[in-house]
Amino acid sequence: MEITVNGAVRIVDAEPDTPLLWVLRDNLGLTGTKYGCGLAQCGACTVLVQGLPVRSCVTPVESVAGLPVTTIETVEQDDVGRRIVEAWVAHQVPQCGYCQSGQVMAATALLKQVAAPSDSDIAAAMTNLCRCGTYNAIAAAIRNVAQG
Amino acid sequence: MDRLLHPADSDAGDQPISLSRRGLLGGSIGALTLAVGLRPVAAVAQAAATPLAAASAPAGPPFNPFTALLQIRSDSTAFLQVPVIEGGQGIFTGLAQVCGEELDLDPAHFVVQCAEPGPGIAALGTRLSTGGSSSMWRNFMPMRRMGATSRAMLMQAAAVRFEVPVDSLSTSDGKVIHAASGRHADYGDLAGEAAELPVPVDVPLRSADSFRWIGKSVPRIDMQDKSTGKVVYSIDLTIDGMLQAAVQHASRLGMQPVRLLNEAAVRQMPGVHSVHLLSGCVAVVADRWWRAHRAVQSLRAEWKEATGDTPRPMPADFSTEQLRQDMLAAPGPGFLAEAAGDAAAAMGRAAKTLEAVYDAPFLAHAQLEPPSAIASWDAARGRLELWMSNQASLLFRDAAAKFAGIAPENVTLHSPMVGGFFGRYFFYDESNPYLQAIALAKAVGRPVKVIWSREEEFLRDALRPAVLVRFKAGLDAQGMPLALESESVSDGLYARMYGAAYDKFDPTVVEGIAKKVYAIPNRRIAHVMHRYPPMIGAWRSVGHSFNDFFMESFTDEMADAGGIDPFELRRRMVARSPRHATLLEAVGDLSGGWRRGPFTAEDGSRRARGVAMASPFGTEMATIAEVSIAEGQVKVHHVWVAVDPGRAINPAIIEAQMNSAVALGLSSALFEEVVYERGMPRARNYDGYPILTPDRMPEVHVRIVESGAPMTGVGEPGVPGVPPAVINAVAALTGQRVRRLPLARASLGGSV
Repeated sequence: MEITVNGAVRIVDAEPDTPLLWVLRDNLGLTGTKYGCGLAQCGACTVLVQGLPVRSCVTPVESVAGLPVTTIETVEQDDVGRRIVEAWVAHQVPQCGYCQSGQVMAATALLKQVAAPSDSDIAAAMTNLCRCGTYNAIAAAIRNVAQG
Repeated sequence: MDRLLHPADSDAGDQPISLSRRGLLGGSIGALTLAVGLRPVAAVAQAAATPLAAASAPAGPPFNPFTALLQIRSDSTAFLQVPVIEGGQGIFTGLAQVCGEELDLDPAHFVVQCAEPGPGIAALGTRLSTGGSSSMWRNFMPMRRMGATSRAMLMQAAAVRFEVPVDSLSTSDGKVIHAASGRHADYGDLAGEAAELPVPVDVPLRSADSFRWIGKSVPRIDMQDKSTGKVVYSIDLTIDGMLQAAVQHASRLGMQPVRLLNEAAVRQMPGVHSVHLLSGCVAVVADRWWRAHRAVQSLRAEWKEATGDTPRPMPADFSTEQLRQDMLAAPGPGFLAEAAGDAAAAMGRAAKTLEAVYDAPFLAHAQLEPPSAIASWDAARGRLELWMSNQASLLFRDAAAKFAGIAPENVTLHSPMVGGFFGRYFFYDESNPYLQAIALAKAVGRPVKVIWSREEEFLRDALRPAVLVRFKAGLDAQGMPLALESESVSDGLYARMYGAAYDKFDPTVVEGIAKKVYAIPNRRIAHVMHRYPPMIGAWRSVGHSFNDFFMESFTDEMADAGGIDPFELRRRMVARSPRHATLLEAVGDLSGGWRRGPFTAEDGSRRARGVAMASPFGTEMATIAEVSIAEGQVKVHHVWVAVDPGRAINPAIIEAQMNSAVALGLSSALFEEVVYERGMPRARNYDGYPILTPDRMPEVHVRIVESGAPMTGVGEPGVPGVPPAVINAVAALTGQRVRRLPLARASLGGSV
């Protein structure tokens, strides 16, 4: 099966219903995308498919054939993604860091769609769980990028 | 508390560890002797047992930092090994600040890693475990001394090279400088020569007024990597030739697999290498984890019930609701934990008495990274290498050695960065996949990584204990508390974690109620031992996480019964302790001045505030929460936190930890509860065990008060004040006193 990840076409040996998450992690070695729950509950596995946030733990790999998949590994190559990462560092957002790949991808997707999101836009888009409670820092970092 | 988190660390010379350790290792006194005998004898310092002792402890035997723990690379960055894990609490940055301060190297130039157990880290003389919010106070002086010793050796190396007296040299951020001649050399260039020099003793330390990094909000050193997915957690590791495994645990602890019913079919599934019966579970080894997971989910096994010698089997009829009924009925008086004055007599002459029963449920850790472990077994040499999330590497190393049938020094145990821990990775029976990884690696002759699915994690987490407390208070004619009696009903955490005897009170079960700072002259604090089947463990702030909810809620009940404002009552009860009095005023001031309410906020909502004080792990906390209620749900708008850890090493990290603690404390107050029915946990994922979501996060306001008391920690102490501050605010707003968590159980009126 062929999938397009981070701009490259990759041939992967996996059953078609394998979650994209595990193809990224185990077939392609892209371990920046995390397994948290396997049920689309926590969002640690968030990647972009055609620029939209997708929870890869419940996304069959066959469903993204031919669609561009972007993971945390190349997020800084995108201008919005780079600014999000810079804001994450400036606001010292992560604690344990495990959920932050997903958080950064969700924030990048939001700002690519809405350049100046309101607080309610941020609340609607940023639903990933963080057990360390970095939520206020996440919102502050996003507002910071939105204000340019 | 101190003993809870470090009882069996064999480097510890100051704890009565032998009984616990025997319990842990299954009655093997031989193993204890062996471990002690193998300890490097030359350079082991006594680990200080308290923050006060640590602040004044003399230096341990000298050791060469460069051969033990500190590698200066050719680019003058420092690779520092430390005895603790990083899991979000910021300790790697904090220790880089402390070491860098004396070494004269910017913390930004440090790479920090948790050390493997062995003679190198043993030389530091602290403890190879992470908990009790003790990492900074335990390692502050040893790390400073090591940094200073390293700097002195680098300067000596430069003196030899430049052929100048050492006192003509100075240092500046990674360089040794000879000002008179304008010559300089980078640390990285000198490190090889420095490592060959004799180790100086009693190298003077910097004076505090010259600190550049200690006490400053130095940026954390792992932010870029954690913002770009580059941090490698245990679950992310790959070892050459590695296979991956998934398990299906027995539905109830103690049950064992007897035989497989569809092994042949499962072996035909894609990628499957082999199928295994292990202790308490079945496992599939495959080329990739998803294939192993899918196969093990398809696997059907015949299970047998626990046999008589199983230590703590989970009965088929166990339910948390029945347990609660049993705990309500459990008779006192229990083991006495603290007594002062004559509580019974004082109760008899009190102008007014009140009683209340509180309880808190089992809680899951629910850290985002599921547990995993990799084992690599070298059969020819009898050596084992492990990579696993853990916060007690020495215990796990020794237990792994015993399981593998080899000596502890033949086990190399790596402790990667962890994706959240909160107490999850102490040494709990049956609650960590490392033995499964060892068994499978031995069976298949290749390295094996075991990852627990989220569902398996919810089945085998070691939970925060369920605790119930019966309070009785007597007030004098002015409404001031005269007497306090409490009976806490719970299993003993020490007994469960370390094999302590069930013959006296467990300190964690009463901590926060016992030794409370409040001036209540007559007290009787007791623990009614009540054993129960679920595995229990330490959960961020341990006993304080429930006891401060109990005690601080009941304090508000005493205030109301005595007709005294709850803030004012606390003010009076801490009047003789300037440290607490200052902190209480600080949180009041931070919140704009104490006001209990109810009052109408600018947005028209009716709100009220609650206050709580707590003394977890030697750090002092005062917390105020502001709540409203909409559609029967509590909304927490603000939490104000005043924290006194004695002394602040990194204020920004403290503020981050307070935010984190508010989130966890609030999550536990609002939602969290592990419910067992018919011997099984009802929730096996976050859908059934909700944790705090972003929309429920309040604004958090932090004030750090540096009282100058011996430095303590900041990772756990922010948690316990949050639930009672919220519950007290709810009571002020609604008149309804919630005595059973989580709040989601309570039926609160609509908009108040």
